[in-house]
Amino acid sequence: MTPLIQCSALTKVYRMGDADVFALDGIDLTIEHNDYVAIIGPSGSGKSTMMNILGCLDTPSSGQFLLNGRDVAKMNDRELAATRNREIGFIFQSFNLLPRATALENVMRPLVYRGISRQERRERAREALALVGLEARVSHLPNELSGGQRQRVAIARALCGEPSLLLADEPTGNLDTATADEIIGLFDRLHRAGNTILLITHEPTIAARCKRAITLADGRIVDDRRREQVLAA
Amino acid sequence: MLLRLREGARAAWDGVIANRSRSGLTIAGMVVGVAAIIVVVSIVQSLSQSITSSFDSLGTNTLSVRAYTSFDEQLRGITRRLTLSDHRAILGRVDGVEQVTPVLLPFGAYGTRVAAGGKTGFTRVYGVTPNYQDTFKVYTAQGRFVNAADEQAARKICVIGTKVRENLDLPGSPIGQFLRIGGDWYKIVGVMEEKGDVFGISQDDYVAIPFSAGEIAVADPGKLDLSITLSVADPDAIEDVQHRIVQVLRENRKLRPGDEDDFKVDTAKQLTQSFDRITGAIAGVAVGLVGISLLVAGIGIMNMMLTSVTERTREIGICKALGAQRGDILLQFLLEAVLLSLFGGLLGVLVGCGIDLIIPILVPQLPAIPIPVSAAVGSVVFVTAIGVLFGVIPAAQAANLDPIEALRHE
Ligand SMILES: Nc1ncnc2c1ncn2[C@@H]1O[C@H](COP(=O)(O)OP(=O)(O)OP(=O)(O)O)[C@@H](O)[C@H]1O
Ligand SMILES: [Mg+2]
Repeated sequence: MTPLIQCSALTKVYRMGDADVFALDGIDLTIEHNDYVAIIGPSGSGKSTMMNILGCLDTPSSGQFLLNGRDVAKMNDRELAATRNREIGFIFQSFNLLPRATALENVMRPLVYRGISRQERRERAREALALVGLEARVSHLPNELSGGQRQRVAIARALCGEPSLLLADEPTGNLDTATADEIIGLFDRLHRAGNTILLITHEPTIAARCKRAITLADGRIVDDRRREQVLAA
Repeated sequence: MLLRLREGARAAWDGVIANRSRSGLTIAGMVVGVAAIIVVVSIVQSLSQSITSSFDSLGTNTLSVRAYTSFDEQLRGITRRLTLSDHRAILGRVDGVEQVTPVLLPFGAYGTRVAAGGKTGFTRVYGVTPNYQDTFKVYTAQGRFVNAADEQAARKICVIGTKVRENLDLPGSPIGQFLRIGGDWYKIVGVMEEKGDVFGISQDDYVAIPFSAGEIAVADPGKLDLSITLSVADPDAIEDVQHRIVQVLRENRKLRPGDEDDFKVDTAKQLTQSFDRITGAIAGVAVGLVGISLLVAGIGIMNMMLTSVTERTREIGICKALGAQRGDILLQFLLEAVLLSLFGGLLGVLVGCGIDLIIPILVPQLPAIPIPVSAAVGSVVFVTAIGVLFGVIPAAQAANLDPIEALRHE
């Protein structure tokens, strides 16, 4: 089976004045289906940059990125949009919910772009919201929800389209410890249900619950180990 | 596709509702622009129609003769005038004339002091012949007009306009009262029908006396002014008569062969044309006003649409991150702009037409105001075009960004 993600020599360069800043400096990475990966590393090490490229939200400066064996660089606008829509569920630290849409409408949104009927969209969005324990909040606007509830709406939205890959950039960064625990519990469950998950975190306890931890520093992968190894060490 | 359209329409409607204050301001800009255009255009149309129709009352067989001072001479302080001698020359030496209706201004174009009771005022004085009424289609509302006997005997009687009655505090029925014009007293025998204002100038501020009495009243022959309207017996011969008058007047006014005419002899059609030029100028001013309204409205709409899109670039980023196609985003913004523009435009048409209906109630002198369909359609198209252009172009630019760039937008 082809790996879900295959990256080689991925770089991202920002030109700041005269100097080139290497946000990513040669990333080689392979991620199999149903892996559960924590990305850790100091601030500014390139975690978000990498995550955005893997989520097809950003384009690398050089290097190759194959998603499900397909070269993302060769996709046109249309295919890219369809890939974001079907293959990827992206969860942001700042939630990025549509402020004027209800929880249900937010969750339904990716399905709208797939041309799924309103009836089916509603059902699937309700299911996704039930999965994150928000069935009672379907018609709330984002600003009528707590931070944890907003993040759960965002997760439901990412899940609803049944993507092959869930990406989460510090999903608990804006949440208190108890709420963060609930959210991570949710990820654990999603992983057991067969989802492939990559999440960025600063919390060692969270990283420790994943199957694999990748450490970035200065745009490079400096450490990559599986939990079995961690436990063994 | 149909589903896309429906989803787009729903998203567009949500966008309009959710951005209430912005939508409201955009619509307000459109309403003001469209309504202003409709009102300006309809008022100008109404004015020019009323001017044109007042000349239509002159038949196709009429000629008007008046003095003409070239612009150059005006600058040098010269004013050309027809004289009583010109009048006599036309009467005596031009054939084929049916009726002559001279109007004499014995005190000049600006009139003179008039008094009745204790009040004095200033008004224009016309010396007229009995056929003045039929030639200019103005009639008395009370009493009678100057008649042949008055003319024959140069009787000191007068017919006054309603504004004169008002200015001198005369009673509602002033017939039989006396009016001092210049140095003499004239008995009031009639009051003319009210004509109202044109461009804010009263058409009822004058006194008519018999032409013959006017000739006697002339205080300063250098100030006297005269215009003559004549009808020809045979409408087909109108140009011959016109040429003959020019010839007679040139001789009588002792113009040398190279000199230009210092008078004008126009057919009613030519007169209408010269007034068409005036209304043309007014229309030009109106076009300027309309242009400014459109510009202001356009900039307002543009500004609102641009801010709207800039503010919503993040939202566009979210949609792109969730897998929206460029087309999905464009469709939403296009429908939103069309919805706003049409709503604002149509509301503007309603408001403009409403004002058009109210104006005649507030300003009864104005003739009925037509609803200018082309201006209404044109302005709605204009605001829609501006709205759509400045709604869709920046949205298209935002939709071209990588999602992450749109999301970073603050
Ligand atoms: N738009 C940008 N323009 C210029 N430089 C950028 C841009 N985005 C990121 N960078 C730089 O790239 C490097 C990596 O940034 P990135 O956001 O990926 O770090 P991170 O590991 O996610 O940090 P944090 O833990 O604080 O979120 C940083 O040095 C940052 O300054
Ligand atoms: Mg980051």
